[in-house]
Amino acid sequence: MTDPARPDPAAGQQHEPSRRVRGPLEPAPVQDAPLEPATPGSGPLSSAERRPILRQGISVALATGAYGVSVGALSVSAGLSVWQTCILSLVMFTGGSHFAFVGIIGTGGVAAAPAAIAAASMLGVRNGLYALELRRLLAVRGWRTPAAAHLTIDESTAVAVAQDDPRASRLGFWVTGLAVFVLWNLATLLGALVGDALGDPRTYGLDAAACAAFMALLWPRLRDRETVAIAVVGAVIALALLPALPAGIPVVLAALAALIAGRRP
Amino acid sequence: MTLWVAVVVAALIAFALKLAGFLVPESALSHPRARRVTAAIPVAMLAALVATQTFGGPEGTLVVDARLAAVGVAVVALLLRAPFLVVVVLGAATAAALRALGWG
Repeated sequence: MTDPARPDPAAGQQHEPSRRVRGPLEPAPVQDAPLEPATPGSGPLSSAERRPILRQGISVALATGAYGVSVGALSVSAGLSVWQTCILSLVMFTGGSHFAFVGIIGTGGVAAAPAAIAAASMLGVRNGLYALELRRLLAVRGWRTPAAAHLTIDESTAVAVAQDDPRASRLGFWVTGLAVFVLWNLATLLGALVGDALGDPRTYGLDAAACAAFMALLWPRLRDRETVAIAVVGAVIALALLPALPAGIPVVLAALAALIAGRRP
Repeated sequence: MTLWVAVVVAALIAFALKLAGFLVPESALSHPRARRVTAAIPVAMLAALVATQTFGGPEGTLVVDARLAAVGVAVVALLLRAPFLVVVVLGAATAAALRALGWG
């Protein structure tokens, strides 16, 4: 647990100078404009401000690890090797896509590989959309851009956007992303190694853990009637299309519900 | 296509999609309406994921089983402001307990 904790003071401090004295290479702080009607306290976050964010990020990572074991176990039972499971965890590093990929390989074998790639990729589109949101909050440059991109997942995005202050968002993103990366990879490796001995992951409710985790990620976003409407319409679209379309695609098409937010000019 | 090729291609596409979100021109996001829609997409997709992971059965069927009870317990925990980990553990424990009792 020392690894995920280490970068956070750096994350807070390195970004901090850009808020006051902007260097020649620093971009205009566009991320500040629409997010902060009232300017929050300046200077680095205090340890009292940092602690709940660290706790949140690490508890999210522990929970993610709990279903990482499930994904690792499902992955080997679908016919992937332990190494293939680890490559998906390390490089793909997005649980929903990993889930979808091994689920389709599990039912269709190698012949279903194109469908598995398509479903995993369409589910992965949401990470690209998260990145569009996050780049304003994070304002990353140079080598941190691919690093931030790699850590752009449901959990790190959810923790980042749940903070009221851009500094807290950045800290939350990096802590959660790194903690999830470490625990997710350990958990999927563990799941892959013990998968056969574990038997059916449903026995332990690990599939339901994924449902509960997605609900917990959705919950804090349901702030007003419009977002609730978007969530309900998204869920209805996905369920209506589920019987008709290959796995993964109904979830991607559910994104159309977001157009509700474009009604107003 | 071997399974290895599929694994590597799918993994690289996943990373490329994330990176693209950081690298597309900022002007693509300048319109407030486009920005609101973009911000709403994760809400729609997370709701869709909850729905499909809760009700999705084998081969595109919809089923009601212990997962629905688990999500119900998760919502109660969220209403009581339980932390993320507690919500997830309660969800898993609910499903495991119901299945141990022979339902779902």
